[in-house]
Amino acid sequence: MNYNWDWGVFFKSTGIGSEIYLDWFVTGLGWTIAIALTGWLIALALGSLLGVMRTVPNRWISGIATCYVEVFRNVPLLVQLFLWYFLVPDLLPEPLEMWFKQDLSPATSAFISVVVCLGLFTAARVCEQVRTGIQALPKGQLAAGYALGFRLPQIYRDVLLPQAFRIIIPPLTSEFLNIFKNSSVASLIGLMELLAQTKQTAEFSANLFEAFTLATLIYFTLNMSLMLLMRLVEKKVAVPGLISVGGK
Amino acid sequence: MISIQNVNKWYGDFQVLTDCSTEVKKGEVVVVCGPSGSGKSTLIKCVNALEPFQKGDIVVDGTSIADKNTNLPKLRSRVGMVFQHFELFPHLSITENLTIAQIKVLGRSKAEATEKGLALLERVGLKEHAHKHPGQLSGGQQQRVAIARALAMDPVVMLFDEPTSALDPEMVNEVLDVMVQLANEGMTMMCVTHEMGFARKVADRVIFMDAGRIVEDCPKEEFFGDINARSERAQQFLNKILQH
Ligand SMILES: Nc1ncnc2c1ncn2[C@@H]1O[C@H](COP(=O)(O)OP(=O)(O)O)[C@@H](O)[C@H]1O
Ligand SMILES: [Mg+2]
Repeated sequence: MNYNWDWGVFFKSTGIGSEIYLDWFVTGLGWTIAIALTGWLIALALGSLLGVMRTVPNRWISGIATCYVEVFRNVPLLVQLFLWYFLVPDLLPEPLEMWFKQDLSPATSAFISVVVCLGLFTAARVCEQVRTGIQALPKGQLAAGYALGFRLPQIYRDVLLPQAFRIIIPPLTSEFLNIFKNSSVASLIGLMELLAQTKQTAEFSANLFEAFTLATLIYFTLNMSLMLLMRLVEKKVAVPGLISVGGK
Repeated sequence: MISIQNVNKWYGDFQVLTDCSTEVKKGEVVVVCGPSGSGKSTLIKCVNALEPFQKGDIVVDGTSIADKNTNLPKLRSRVGMVFQHFELFPHLSITENLTIAQIKVLGRSKAEATEKGLALLERVGLKEHAHKHPGQLSGGQQQRVAIARALAMDPVVMLFDEPTSALDPEMVNEVLDVMVQLANEGMTMMCVTHEMGFARKVADRVIFMDAGRIVEDCPKEEFFGDINARSERAQQFLNKILQH
């Protein structure tokens, strides 16, 4: 194989303005983090609400949440992304549609689509974790809350959820990492996040292997830092006297 | 104080409670016993509306549970309940366990709730554990905290559902001592328990349940007096648990 290795490529000019290739990676990483964090906020908020709904003693409320989970978990992520990006804007009321398609920059509209898509997709998965966490608690906790005169929303807020979230920190961590990995689907609708910038660098510079090696390293470092961060969170909220899973 | 009137309850087709009726007067201590699965827990949970029932009524301190307009959370806040498995809130400190409902249900200030909680903690002999979490206490200690937590709400009546049966034998007495003290102070109590020593010491009446029915309901002296005068099921039961 006749390949010109050149690890200095990242400091070379891209030929566009005064940018070097490394700048592209930095911009891409910025988008990746923005997509993942915004999507995660949506996923965590909506997923917690749905998880609670699935455990509430009301068939309609839990039924709605179950349907949500079945739909969003079983339709492939890419299909969902294309629906959000290509189809949903056409279904919006005229002024909103115009705003989305014409007033917003292409990057912004792609960002909105991908964040909504990842947020709602991941919410279904967060929902299942939250539900599992709540159901893992002894039934008596709910009874004890009622017996003290609490109403159901108070019991969820003060008794069940604080315990459930502590239990599910490890699986939530992996969903958190997944949303970073999944954020790369944004490259398919033209948003220049990390993967898209990597591909572009590879094409422009012809240093394909270096570009993908760097991208791999960035994703890896990102994941490791997030994992450590979540370990810290887990330690911080660990309850004295209870065995914690990751806090050893 | 508690009037249970012809209560019937079904789980689907299965009838758990059949025509249960009894009264618990103010200051009275009533012990409920009976074989496992006879409906003791279900009955006691009906008293603070933790379990719904389909027929009959229960009136607690003048408030009817079957009445659709009854504010059940408010009623429950006035009925103390102690569970077999303590059910302290493990993520909260002992002090928080004792104060959370006082603050959020009764609307007491944090200072007032803490003062009350700590006084009760001292009463059950655990003052020095206030800052700990439930997981750091023994079973017996946790159950004493659970009793203090219920008392902090100034209940008009206390319900106990086998408060000592999840405990190691050496911890049973520290919990029973607290209960005896409560009974002697005049608390109205309904206790599901198989601790017949406790029943002999402080109970006014003993109720025996079998297969969802109240089979015996008589003063303690009568219940323990002539065992041959008891129903056959009660005799079998008593023979089993009094053997050791
Ligand atoms: N949620 C439930 N669904 C169906 N059956 C139940 C439920 N809870 C209790 N039971 C049944 O009701 C009967 C009485 O239970 P319980 O009141 O717990 O008895 P005890 O406290 O006297 O041991 C048992 O046969 C039990 O299996
Ligand atoms: Mg029971």
